[in-house]
Amino acid sequence: MSEMNTPKPDPDNRIAIGVTFGNANSSIAYVVDDKAEVIANEDGDRQIPTILSYVEGEEYYGQQAKNFLVRNPKNTVAYFRDFLGKDFKSIDPTHNHASAHPIEANGTVSFQVKDKAEEDAEPSTLSVAEISTRYIRRLVGSASDYIGKKVTSAVITIPTNFTDAQKSALTSACNDAGVEVLQLISEPVAAVLAYDARPEAVLADKMIVVADLGGTRSDVTVVASRGGLYTVLAAAHDYEFTGEALDKILVDHFAKEFMKKNPGIDPRENDRSLAKLKLEAESCKKALSIGANASFSVESLAQGIDFTSTLNRLRYETISRTVFEGFTRLVESVIKKAELDVLDIDEVILSGGASHTPRVASNLKNLFPESTNILAPSTTATAINPSELQVRGAALQANLIQGYEAEDINQSTHAAVTTVPHVTNAIGVVSVSPSGEEVFVPIIPTETAVPARRTVTVPAPKDGGDVLVKIVEGNTHIKVTKPEPKTQESSSKAAKVEDAEDSNEDSDASDEEEEEEEEKREKVWKIGTTLAEAAVRGVKKGGKVEVSITVNTDLSVVVTAKEAGTKNFVRGTLSG
Amino acid sequence: MTTITFPLPSLPQGWAAEKDFKPVDKAIKEATLERTIEPIGPHFLAHARRTRHKRTFSEDDRIQAQERAKKVEVDDDSDISEPEDPMTLALQAKDWKTQDHYKVLGLSKYRWRATEDQIKRAHRKKVLRHHPDKRTSSGKTDDDNFFKCIQKAADVLLDPIKRRQFDSVDEEADVEPPTKKQLAKGGNTFYKLWGNVFKSEARFSNKKPVPHFGDDKSTKEEVEEFYNFWYNFDSWRTFEYLDEDVPDDTENRDQKRHTERKNANARKKKKIEDNARLRKLLDDCLAADERIKRFQKEASAAKNKKRLEREAAEKKAAEEAKAQKEAEEKAAKEAEEKAKADREAGKKAKEAAKNAAKKNKRVLRGSVKDANYFVAGDASAAVIDAVTKDVDLVASKIDTDELAALAGKLNGLKLADEIKSVWKGEVEKLVSAGRVKESELKAFNA
Ligand SMILES: Nc1ncnc2c1ncn2[C@@H]1O[C@H](COP(=O)(O)OP(=O)(O)OP(=O)(O)O)[C@@H](O)[C@H]1O
Ligand SMILES: [Mg+2]
Repeated sequence: MSEMNTPKPDPDNRIAIGVTFGNANSSIAYVVDDKAEVIANEDGDRQIPTILSYVEGEEYYGQQAKNFLVRNPKNTVAYFRDFLGKDFKSIDPTHNHASAHPIEANGTVSFQVKDKAEEDAEPSTLSVAEISTRYIRRLVGSASDYIGKKVTSAVITIPTNFTDAQKSALTSACNDAGVEVLQLISEPVAAVLAYDARPEAVLADKMIVVADLGGTRSDVTVVASRGGLYTVLAAAHDYEFTGEALDKILVDHFAKEFMKKNPGIDPRENDRSLAKLKLEAESCKKALSIGANASFSVESLAQGIDFTSTLNRLRYETISRTVFEGFTRLVESVIKKAELDVLDIDEVILSGGASHTPRVASNLKNLFPESTNILAPSTTATAINPSELQVRGAALQANLIQGYEAEDINQSTHAAVTTVPHVTNAIGVVSVSPSGEEVFVPIIPTETAVPARRTVTVPAPKDGGDVLVKIVEGNTHIKVTKPEPKTQESSSKAAKVEDAEDSNEDSDASDEEEEEEEEKREKVWKIGTTLAEAAVRGVKKGGKVEVSITVNTDLSVVVTAKEAGTKNFVRGTLSG
Repeated sequence: MTTITFPLPSLPQGWAAEKDFKPVDKAIKEATLERTIEPIGPHFLAHARRTRHKRTFSEDDRIQAQERAKKVEVDDDSDISEPEDPMTLALQAKDWKTQDHYKVLGLSKYRWRATEDQIKRAHRKKVLRHHPDKRTSSGKTDDDNFFKCIQKAADVLLDPIKRRQFDSVDEEADVEPPTKKQLAKGGNTFYKLWGNVFKSEARFSNKKPVPHFGDDKSTKEEVEEFYNFWYNFDSWRTFEYLDEDVPDDTENRDQKRHTERKNANARKKKKIEDNARLRKLLDDCLAADERIKRFQKEASAAKNKKRLEREAAEKKAAEEAKAQKEAEEKAAKEAEEKAKADREAGKKAKEAAKNAAKKNKRVLRGSVKDANYFVAGDASAAVIDAVTKDVDLVASKIDTDELAALAGKLNGLKLADEIKSVWKGEVEKLVSAGRVKESELKAFNA
């Protein structure tokens, strides 16, 4: 990283955009009048394939480059984002098989492509950093064209497991493209921000799962959202159950269909046929996110034979069962990693291209309780396009910080500011249920970063009078109520799953039938240590009490309580 | 601001605190964890402003703060590092069905215990290492057989259904029952070795948790529960992994159906064999389980103890009854003897009294004779008879004591007047008591 290259625009003159730079696709967005707009490039694409292709010295990017995977795979570079800042030993070249292969050159991951016009020119060896710079230059160039001014700066999203080396490699690649990196922000939190920035959004404490199902990887993250501050509690990264895996299933499916009609010709054995299959498989998959049927049609698939077929969604969902169930298990595993339960999750944000798949969303809906909000196009009408979430978040963040000096941003984003104590037990007040039981009312939830202040209003006893405000710690546990035991239930279930592969259409109905027998699980609060007691005296009949708790940075706790609508309050401090 | 529906409690009677606030505990400090908040969004901006107050943090502050924060991303593959052996590397892709998928991914020490996360990480590690595109670029051969084996292994192990099918026939995960020789070591070996056998068999259980085999300290209930569970084992083990390939083409439908039927039968047969195998395992284990013998001995000892106790009690009761009977008999005999003696004594006394009465009567009669029948001169036979009658009458009217007393008074008296006055007194006493009528007495009133 050369300091020399780092662009340092004056904050007043910045044109800052949000960028996502994925292995499969990239996006650009810009905030106009506090609203993030996802920019369509010159091809009209908002999901711009992260691909560069060189044909006769001409550089193509995005969808045009992707189309060259069929005719010009050797000089087309795709799926390279995750190679930035990595050594050759630790990269996975699986997805580069049908395009330029990564090689080790000068100690870095590189690609050999013929990027010059001359017939006899030697192919160039381009480092992944150079490829990234060239791509970002084109990407940001499209944004500049759209905005009509040169984009100077960007907020870029990155996975939560990006290493320092990857971050700095990405930053240099951008700098070399003449783009100042205002900030690298984590992909899942960018998605959360996109939802939280909507005008209708209300600030609430919630536990969020972000399921980012992309092309070459799926990343699932548990984010505690507390008073608009976001803390990542756990993350899982998966490279098996992905959008590409779905494409592969379709490729295999249609290849077999083709072979039924044309015995002995396996279109997967020819690179060009395979490339055509892959492209068509992906559009077929996307079509099945919307319709119940999709056609699959490739001209001259192999040996000059045209191929046309169709696929319905049910069949698709059956043959893709492994991947869909893999997504669900991935979500389950990260919740477990965060030491939480599905009942703790308030919101599930589906992000990334593969999240368009209706079955993925409905499987998650079944995993969570009714009360959990599943934000996906097929389950919530007002859901934001999963492919645009991250870039919207990035643009909003860019808009938020573009007025600050780079050093100021740097100071504010480092660990001395971001590392803060989080309460591990909820703090709340004791109320009384109609049956006379003590019930915990959370005021400050677990995983809230301090300092924090929260207020609740609780009714006084019916007849008013002197009221006890008992401040306690609380914790949840999951109460399981077993259904009436049914013999042989588990074994018959196993048998049913085994058969699911061949008996497709009707497997759904039987799944649902079994749901009724499931055990009942509820989240129950348990009252812990009492922290303090206070009295609010002489509350009028039907009156309410306002309780507010502040946890300060030194972990001292300030409690105030008063009758709502009055001025006299009790106040006390617990020194930390 | 949230509004809650349940009301607060009323202040308990007698609750009092300075300024109406009573701090009870201050445990919150232990109940926090340092984490990193994401520097994103408007609320973070406010947080940063508050935290910094125009202050600039040094590099040191950063590093320290970073170290304090709980790490969310941990990249540690030390758990899945296993050396690769040449035999495994030489595997051929076409033989994938018979390969040891766990070994291929370097998970042979975990097998069915490997978590999905471990399988994924192990797979990725192998891909990074063996991807053919990387090998060719570094000048190695383009033999991608092992790579294909890796992909097959991941295919199988990352699909829960296929994984179960493979786990069902993963002999490497089987733990053989202990041999006599192994068990000869004694000590805890029996429990350790059999325990491992059942731990391994437990992988097939539909029901969880599976009870542990335990050791010589296990209670009878625990051991019984263990054997109960296993004699009613509910297993998901299946054998389709060993199926013969079903021909794929549509031409040979009969052949296809035939193979399918053959497979179905083979599965069924293997399942039955497996159940029998487990059954035998259990029987063998049970037969050699010292705990069972001990429990039986204990049970029979307990039973014996009861019997002995019962017998002792019976004996004691019999003895007691006998003793009681003897005592009763003795008492009866004694009572009888006493009664007899009493009777005899009574008889004697009666006799004596009779004799005494006879004697006294003789005294009475003698006294009137001594008084010469209260006449002067020789008494006539009529007088004698009348006086004697009166004497007998009086004697019959008085009881033996009075008789004795009367006799006592008369005894030794020789003078007729004296004798007569005694008699007179006696007769008057009797007459005044109404016991004798004056008229009945002839001679004494004369
Ligand atoms: N409407 C759709 N329905 C189903 N799948 C879709 C749809 N749109 C995009 N996808 C799939 O989503 C994947 C790309 O997702 P996304 O753009 O989030 O990936 P990325 O973040 O660039 O890639 P990566 O996660 O590998 O870095 C592709 O597999 C694509 O086919
Ligand atoms: Mg992505």
